[in-house]
Amino acid sequence: MIQTYSKELMKHFKNPKYVKKIKNPDGVGEVGNLNCGDIMHLEIKVEEDKIKDIGFQTFGCPAAVASSDVVCELVKGKTLEQAEKLKKDDIIQKLGGMPLIKIHCSVLGIDALKRAIGDYKEKGGK
Amino acid sequence: MKQIYLDNAATTKVDEEVLKTMLPYFNERYGNASSQHLVGQEAKHGLEDSRRKIAKAIGAKQHEIIFTSGGTESNNFAIKGLFFANFPEKNHIIISKIEHDCVLNACKWLETQEAEITYLNVDEEGFVNPKDVEKAITDKTILVSIIHGNNEIGTIQDLEAIGKICKQRGVLFHTDACQSFTKVLIDVKKQNLDLVTLNAHKIHGPKGVGALYKREGIKITPLAHGGGHEKNLRSGTENILGIVGFAKAIGITKEKDVEKMIQLRNRLIEGILKIPNVKLNGSKEKRLCSNVNVSFNNIEGEAIGGYLENYGICTSTGSACSSHSLESSHVLKAIGLSPIQANSSLRISLSKYTTQEEIDYFLEKLLKIVEKLRRISPIK
Repeated sequence: MIQTYSKELMKHFKNPKYVKKIKNPDGVGEVGNLNCGDIMHLEIKVEEDKIKDIGFQTFGCPAAVASSDVVCELVKGKTLEQAEKLKKDDIIQKLGGMPLIKIHCSVLGIDALKRAIGDYKEKGGK
Repeated sequence: MKQIYLDNAATTKVDEEVLKTMLPYFNERYGNASSQHLVGQEAKHGLEDSRRKIAKAIGAKQHEIIFTSGGTESNNFAIKGLFFANFPEKNHIIISKIEHDCVLNACKWLETQEAEITYLNVDEEGFVNPKDVEKAITDKTILVSIIHGNNEIGTIQDLEAIGKICKQRGVLFHTDACQSFTKVLIDVKKQNLDLVTLNAHKIHGPKGVGALYKREGIKITPLAHGGGHEKNLRSGTENILGIVGFAKAIGITKEKDVEKMIQLRNRLIEGILKIPNVKLNGSKEKRLCSNVNVSFNNIEGEAIGGYLENYGICTSTGSACSSHSLESSHVLKAIGLSPIQANSSLRISLSKYTTQEEIDYFLEKLLKIVEKLRRISPIK
């Protein structure tokens, strides 16, 4: 690997807590393309405007996997409005920094979340 | 945690014997080989003795070896040096699509200097078809440059067949033999080689030293001008301690070591292919004894490498994620892999120091990692 990852990032990469499929998800977001090498699939369960449950699956490098996990951790239990305000810097900060070349991985996490929320809203909520 | 180094195609450790040979040249025989005094002449002796040994290893003459700073410089020197020595009468160079970056990028740069470059396709195992070489040659062709043992997929080209065509058609033939040197026979006469790139750090020698074999009589334009070292072809005080280490390193990997590596490599390939949905990249038979390259469906190469590192195992990947450019390997693309297959690749490269215990430990851990990452992956 050409870059050094933080301990926190490696922790989320080694033992991601949110790798799962959600039963009957209310919103699904998938981003990335195979040419760049990362694909992130995120599912949310919404109750009373809050993200009650969240899970992901990611094809990607350690930074992509860790970013996915941290996105889930940061928005679980939050309102959709709060979740929509999540920024890439929040993820990078939570991961204790990230090599410059990997910043796009954190953006991917935000995009997947936004799509999942968008998908939920498009379906007209519950 | 014990470290298991399986990235010997990137670089190798300096062998103890090599180190011992080098040490006196740091502070005892530290002379400048150009000096007339005794200290200088001692260095000169080390330099010429090394040159003789390296020449002998590839069936060349002593004065046909030019020392450089390594593979990248030797490849740049061969390609640019021949281009400028022949331009504008001739301007065409033929290479393959699986050359090392330094050959590819030297050629891409030469295109800005009015060079015409042909990038030959390879087949799915990475072989250049000698007939394609023949078809590509024109009356403007200066040089054909084809890598001997590929650094990513380990495919060993048939230099003799390509060399024969080059000789018949009167064009020069160069090969980058950084990965194959001491593992596969290189014989400049038998293989009709006009120029060969060699380096030290892939064969348990030190970094920062290499050589270019250039058959006598071939005109080349130097890249570095200065005090006239290396017959005025490569100025700069010779890196004597590196050069004596390089020469010593030639004898480090012996035939029996190559045989052992072939066995371990095959054990590794067999073990990996037991995992479902795995593809071996490159050739099964004509393959460097040190190289294994595989793609694991639906999981990302750097992620595999990241988990392996947790067990102290060092490997490398051709995935886009791990490269400086965020582009997947041009070699894997050239043998027909899709971007996702290229991004799912792992290269494991052995040395004479690799043991069966290490291979078995690697396989045991790999199996678990692949299972885990396939659970994490959204692609099924």
